[in-house]
Amino acid sequence: MAATLSSLLIGLLFGAGLTVSGMIDPRKVLNFLDVAGHWDPTLGLVMGAALAVAVPGFALVRRRDATLLGGALRLPDRSDIDLRLIGGGVLFGVGWGLAGLCPGPAIAALTTGVPGVAVFVVAMLAGMAVHRLIARR
Amino acid sequence: MTDFTPLTGLIGGAMIGLAAVLFALLNGRIAGISGILGGGLGAVAGDRLWRVAFIIGLLAGPPLVAAVTGSAPTILVQAPLPVLIVAGLLVGFGTRLGNGCTSGHGVCGIARGSRRSMAATVAFFASALLVVHVIRHLLGA
Repeated sequence: MAATLSSLLIGLLFGAGLTVSGMIDPRKVLNFLDVAGHWDPTLGLVMGAALAVAVPGFALVRRRDATLLGGALRLPDRSDIDLRLIGGGVLFGVGWGLAGLCPGPAIAALTTGVPGVAVFVVAMLAGMAVHRLIARR
Repeated sequence: MTDFTPLTGLIGGAMIGLAAVLFALLNGRIAGISGILGGGLGAVAGDRLWRVAFIIGLLAGPPLVAAVTGSAPTILVQAPLPVLIVAGLLVGFGTRLGNGCTSGHGVCGIARGSRRSMAATVAFFASALLVVHVIRHLLGA
């Protein structure tokens, strides 16, 4: 129960952060990626600020063996760099560069009612489902 | 053309970072949206509720900010429909293949010092930068 509530509130904080920072607007994302054109550095600052909080924050997490609610820590510990990681990253990047949308901002942007977002999200879910089907073999 | 918005960028970014830390401290999980969604496809009972809760929270973010600030966020999706479909498919497939996205690898992974996440982040930034450059400056679109 507590974990469900914290998940809801943290999702809300995350979505609010994406909104306040302007990251739900594909224009701001694409203008960051367009270094040779109308460059908007905002995304870089967003990442920088996120990391400024998250680096010391995760250092606190590392010292723990359970959550503050007494639950299990399910943090990944892989360190290998393989073709799937890089290949997946490249494919993701192509999609991101084409639309200026990535998973978090796309979900958050659904509530703006802009039609293209819903199309992207449905396609994204389909892409995830395709991977799941293929990966099972 | 969008304006550089450093103040709201910093504030929003800090909120994202805080959310990531709190999710690890309270839920013991990485706030990686592609994983929360993608891992939810075919999730067993007991593994679904926290995912649904997070997504609902995420969806409520923009309306909450609109209510507090008194102005709704304006976004513009300029890519044509077929491109959006292809982009969505690639983002969906790619994030699952690569086990993460900008939140999972870019924020959480890098914050944890993961070489894996740093490599993934370089990969998706590099390809996104290239695609945008090609579209805007080589194809003139």
